[in-house]
Amino acid sequence: MNERRFKKRTIFLLAYLLFAILPVYWMINMSFKTNEEILGAFSLWPRSFTFDNFRTILTDASWYSGYINSMIYVAINTLISLTVALPAAYAFSRYSFLGDKHVFFWLLTNRMTPPAVFLLPFFQLYTTLGLMDTHIAVALAHLVFNVPLAVWILEGFMSGIPREIDETAYIDGYSFPRFFLTIFIPLIKAGIGVAAFFCFMFSWVELLMARTLTSVNAKPIVATMTRTVSASGMDWGVLAAAGVLTIVPGAIVIWFVRHYIAKGFAMGRV
Amino acid sequence: MSSSMKPVNQKAWLLILPVIICVAFSAILPLMTVVNYSVQDIISPERTVYVGTEWFKQVMRDEELHSALLRQILFSLAVLLIEIPLGIALALSMPAQGWKASAVLVLVAISLLIPWNVVGTIWQIYGRTDIGLLGVALDKLGIEYSYTGSARDAWLTVLIMDVWHWTPLVALLCYAGLRAIPNAYYQAAQIDGASKLAIFRYIQLPKLRGVLMIAVLLRFMDSFMIYTEPFVLTGGGPGNATTFLSQYLTQKAVGQFDLGPAAAFSLIYFLIILLLCFILYNWMQQLGQQTRTEDIHE
Repeated sequence: MNERRFKKRTIFLLAYLLFAILPVYWMINMSFKTNEEILGAFSLWPRSFTFDNFRTILTDASWYSGYINSMIYVAINTLISLTVALPAAYAFSRYSFLGDKHVFFWLLTNRMTPPAVFLLPFFQLYTTLGLMDTHIAVALAHLVFNVPLAVWILEGFMSGIPREIDETAYIDGYSFPRFFLTIFIPLIKAGIGVAAFFCFMFSWVELLMARTLTSVNAKPIVATMTRTVSASGMDWGVLAAAGVLTIVPGAIVIWFVRHYIAKGFAMGRV
Repeated sequence: MSSSMKPVNQKAWLLILPVIICVAFSAILPLMTVVNYSVQDIISPERTVYVGTEWFKQVMRDEELHSALLRQILFSLAVLLIEIPLGIALALSMPAQGWKASAVLVLVAISLLIPWNVVGTIWQIYGRTDIGLLGVALDKLGIEYSYTGSARDAWLTVLIMDVWHWTPLVALLCYAGLRAIPNAYYQAAQIDGASKLAIFRYIQLPKLRGVLMIAVLLRFMDSFMIYTEPFVLTGGGPGNATTFLSQYLTQKAVGQFDLGPAAAFSLIYFLIILLLCFILYNWMQQLGQQTRTEDIHE
């Protein structure tokens, strides 16, 4: 009985993974083809295998600097998001105070603004501050949607930790910072791992704000990619290669946080 | 956020102050500017005329907007009904530890990391019946399929693309939520001889309430604002079968340079999302509280 159940699960998982991987495979497939082959005929694997698409990206500074710019502002953003969200999430999960529910919900409402019209005011605000075309501008702008997300995720995980743990620690003579850093944070590792990954992800793929706030020095890879569409048509191969390369940093991030996510509370404690 | 007997402590405000500053910095001023636009006729940057609620009335009467809104609500509902159960099922079937867990995590997360314009482009090729894997496969199976020709196919392709793109978000949240359940709960259930279904219903589901709330709200608001992927894939067509709200808004704001009506539109759009999220949020919280009291009565 158990055996059969296990098998059903595995089959379901494999079926989903296949569904998830096939479009990605098609992108990888395209990235090793020439444009003629992509548009010319259907082929399950590249017939005239070429590295040219990747060479274009890795040898051209205006291409690869896009990756570096993106990584810089995404790292700044993720760091700030988690640093401010951790204490706030703790406050929301442990105390009640004036307006707590309203502030909590208000935070999330900042993710609900359709960007098209808000871009112009954003542009004006950051021009006035003299922050245009800097990494910090994009990092700050992305806080609008990442901080609320981090607070909500972390609050969810913190509320799952019984309050007795806090009380016991205080009775044992722990100060708040020491309790928070040495006892509490290890307990919500899974939540921190997920929150970090989502902050990274949402900042990494965001296009409209990042493109509006930068021109040359901090131009992100997602904006650089849009130039594969030109008057002479679409450069499918290079776009696919750029897409493949955008997966790499994120895959590395999730590889690093996987232990936090996979083990979490259940095995980390006691 | 549950309200069960938390100690009152106004000093907690100090802990959330940094968050408020960070968010308000980039949220309040742009919002005020948009409110300002929405009540003016902007003929040129120097010449503006106050028009009151005229734009709001005009937007509310817009027939095309009504049909775009209806399409949007149907789409978001479909997204939630598919992605939430699928995400939970996926999280339950992912291995809990070992190298398999790591490999599966990375594979599942990949679709999230692809920039949205690339997602649209890849599916554009992927679905073509002459050179794309999906299109060719469907063609070989004898299914007539064309996302550029048929409104139904276009709509389904956008939906499946969204399921492919975003189910991992639900799955990762639930997976981390499941890992955060202490082993003691499972041991207790084992002693009681609880079935798999009972474990899911009385241990896993209640513990997932927090992450599910986030997943549902996130998927709802993000799908409600979907723009890049359908725009790249179908351009809103055929006809306007896949013209969702934000694309209609962008046409107005960028295409016709009508900043006033576009701002009014944005605010109405924002209020619709806010209202629907508020209803969802309260409904889910009530649902959680109800099941909790049920559990106590049992």
